[in-house]
Amino acid sequence: MGAGSGSIALARGFADPVHDAQGIFRAVMEALARPGTVQPLPVALAPPAPLTPALAGIALALADPDAPLWLDAALAGDPAVAAFLRFHTGAAVVDDPAAAAFALVADPAACPDLAAFAQGTPAYPDRSTTLVLAVERVSAAGAPGPGGCALRLDGPGIRGTARLAAAPLPRDFAARLAHNRARFPQGVDLLLAGPGSVAGLPRSTRAAPADPAPPEG
Amino acid sequence: MYVAVKGGEAAIANAHRLLAEARRGDPAVPDLAADQIAEQLGLLVDRVMTEGSLHDRGLAALALKQARGDLVEAVFLVRAYRTTLARFGASEPVDTGAMAVRRRISATYKDLPGGQVLGPTFDYTHRLIDFGLAAGSDPAPAAEAEAEPQADAGVTARVTDLLGRDGLIEPSPRDAGAPVGDLTREPIDFPADRAVRLQALARGDEGFVLALAYSTQRGYGRTHPFVGEIRFGEVAVEFVPEELGFPVPLGTLALTECQMVNQFHGSAEAPPQFTRGYGLAFGQSERKAMAMALVDRALRAEELGEPVTAPAQDQEFVLAHCDALQATGFVEHLKLPHYVDFQAELELVRRLRAEHAAGRRDAAEGRPDDAPDAGQDAADGRQDAAAGRQEAAA
Amino acid sequence: MTAPRQADPGYNFAYLDEGTKRMIRRAILKAVAIPGYQVPFASREMPMPYGWGTGGVQVTAAILGRADVLKVIDQGSDDTTNAVSIRAFFARTAGVAVTTRTADATVIQTRHRIPEAPLHAGQVLVYQVPIPEPLRFLEPRETETRQLHALAEYGLMHVKLYEDIARHGHIATTYAYPVEVAGRYVMDPSPTPKFDNPKMDDCPALQLFGAGREKRIYAVPPHTRVRSLDFEDHPFRVQRFARPCALCGAGDVYLDEVLLDDAGGRMFVCSDTDHCEGRRQAAGDAR
Repeated sequence: MGAGSGSIALARGFADPVHDAQGIFRAVMEALARPGTVQPLPVALAPPAPLTPALAGIALALADPDAPLWLDAALAGDPAVAAFLRFHTGAAVVDDPAAAAFALVADPAACPDLAAFAQGTPAYPDRSTTLVLAVERVSAAGAPGPGGCALRLDGPGIRGTARLAAAPLPRDFAARLAHNRARFPQGVDLLLAGPGSVAGLPRSTRAAPADPAPPEG
Repeated sequence: MYVAVKGGEAAIANAHRLLAEARRGDPAVPDLAADQIAEQLGLLVDRVMTEGSLHDRGLAALALKQARGDLVEAVFLVRAYRTTLARFGASEPVDTGAMAVRRRISATYKDLPGGQVLGPTFDYTHRLIDFGLAAGSDPAPAAEAEAEPQADAGVTARVTDLLGRDGLIEPSPRDAGAPVGDLTREPIDFPADRAVRLQALARGDEGFVLALAYSTQRGYGRTHPFVGEIRFGEVAVEFVPEELGFPVPLGTLALTECQMVNQFHGSAEAPPQFTRGYGLAFGQSERKAMAMALVDRALRAEELGEPVTAPAQDQEFVLAHCDALQATGFVEHLKLPHYVDFQAELELVRRLRAEHAAGRRDAAEGRPDDAPDAGQDAADGRQDAAAGRQEAAA
Repeated sequence: MTAPRQADPGYNFAYLDEGTKRMIRRAILKAVAIPGYQVPFASREMPMPYGWGTGGVQVTAAILGRADVLKVIDQGSDDTTNAVSIRAFFARTAGVAVTTRTADATVIQTRHRIPEAPLHAGQVLVYQVPIPEPLRFLEPRETETRQLHALAEYGLMHVKLYEDIARHGHIATTYAYPVEVAGRYVMDPSPTPKFDNPKMDDCPALQLFGAGREKRIYAVPPHTRVRSLDFEDHPFRVQRFARPCALCGAGDVYLDEVLLDDAGGRMFVCSDTDHCEGRRQAAGDAR
């Protein structure tokens, strides 16, 4: 679809839809299965800003007409973002965060309260939103850097405890995660998608603020 | 010396070659063509299409040939093929009122507009083997009706519509335009709505649905049914492509529809009205459509405020067990190896038996019970002895 | 190991269409996030019968990539007919490398056993599950069992196990022995012998469970607490075999009993054929 057709020029989707989607899914699955690890996320997309390649890759891999998307204010501000996502996924872009299967958040510091998204029900806790937060940095060992948070994690998928640092994030991110954990088995799951990498914070993970600097060694 | 079993791949390949040969049978007998099946075993093809949820006579006939006439296996082939097909959309609802009727009978009225049309039916045939067929004799040509000019040719009013005009039967549910569930695309969530239940019954095994229907006639969820009407014939299928915005005819398909008129209901607010049970199947599948209509009505018990006491009224029971593929798969999976589980049970039964024997011995000798582990050792000892015997033999 | 080959171009990679894969993948992500909870999914009709591994096959098809190395076992063995058939299905439709070596596999689909060799991080164990609901034989109604899980009301299960003890002196469940996952959901581990239950606890591999006919997917993430239900006075214990494997001599493994004649002749050999072969090879090399 070219600009000459009268519609907006659309950035390309996956070069290899079958295997690109599989690679991203496996990275996301590993990330949620092993909170506190950072998984490589191979994405070769050039979506319209402020949609990051990582957010776009996850959306293209997992959203479709059966899995609606919600966009944060930063993403909703540019219609090219929704047009790109609709064209490549066929997913509806919904205004109600509680109606979304996936919520894409380009500005995590301004992320709405996690309780605003679908939490599932006691009988069907799976009917919940997965949030994908675009972060600039995410690491298991390093310092979070300015505007970021360092977390100490434990729970399923973690041997003992783990550490995760990412930025930018809301200042009270650990407290928000604690509230989310308190709703288990209801609640939302989160993905922190950095440039070329992804980390998972499923609702089963217990998170507490960690020292900003990583321990020696 | 015992060697662990190997060579599954070759064994499977050989079994499949043998199957192909057995399917063909005696090569001196001419090969059966799929079009012969489609033409001459048409009701079987109808059933495969109905339970396979796919209207394709040629494919159903081929599946029957490949399945050696095993009906459930043929349905399986059609369903597995169906899952791989791309979907372009949903057709408009078909209008059975506009059906080009080949058969239409009502048990509730002696005569009615459109008349009673017997059509091609086994009813009133004497079930005497026709040895003439063995000789391959051709049938006499069917009688032709004299052309009968009709004001509204092609439209045969449904009995339920005639009843509905007087308010004697509950209205057919309005098409509210709400999305209709699809049990092949979403797992059934109980309680399932009527549309999903009807899908399950249409795909359901004819024998199972028939038996349930029969049970309602014998008091297990009685519904006081009358056959308002059974009709069989061709209906037009139309589709609205998004880019055109108006319906485009895709062709016709043969359907059998059964409308049961059931047990009336009424209250202080609403005057008494008959209720409905509905059945619909591909081709001429009268038994299936009737059974489906009876079970549909039975499954409405809760909605209509009737006590749910019988199997045919219990939607979890009916919907979870009516599918022949699910049933056959799970029943037949018992022939897969289960020796790991069986070994676990064997070990427990041996241990319990040893404890039982030890307990009796102790009782006879007046000793207190041993710890359970003594039984374990006893069982182990027996296994030792058995294994030891084997080693001696090897 | 058999190297990757060209997948059959007549089918999408790993058979399933991409929309179906996405639907299953979303269910898997939810299953991983809610350990032990059965996620409903729109199971498809597969070209193999219900009850013969359609759930496991769909999960495997949804996760499999070109770089994966697949192992398929049934009753612990790579050579049982259904394992051979499923392995051949993926070799044909996905062209992935296949192996019988547990250590070399990235994805292991299994029916009724967990391999004896310890699994490692990065591996995925996919279980074929016939009846995913641990409460099903105590309460046949889905509407009821769903509520019991929602309320974490598992008294029924404890009553059943305790009745066993009262009648037999032991818990009479020897396979599909119920477990509690991460302190919340009670889960059916599929009909593995309870001998294998301890391997599920704190396992470094991701465990995924697929029930095709019953349309459920569930999961145990790595390093998750998996506790077999028991009582203080009747602690959970696994089966013990009095003799080691007659072929490799392993004493800490699950054994198959093989009848050799009609005069009571029998022997006990490893159920995990790869483990047995590996041990015999190592013993041969050492000699």
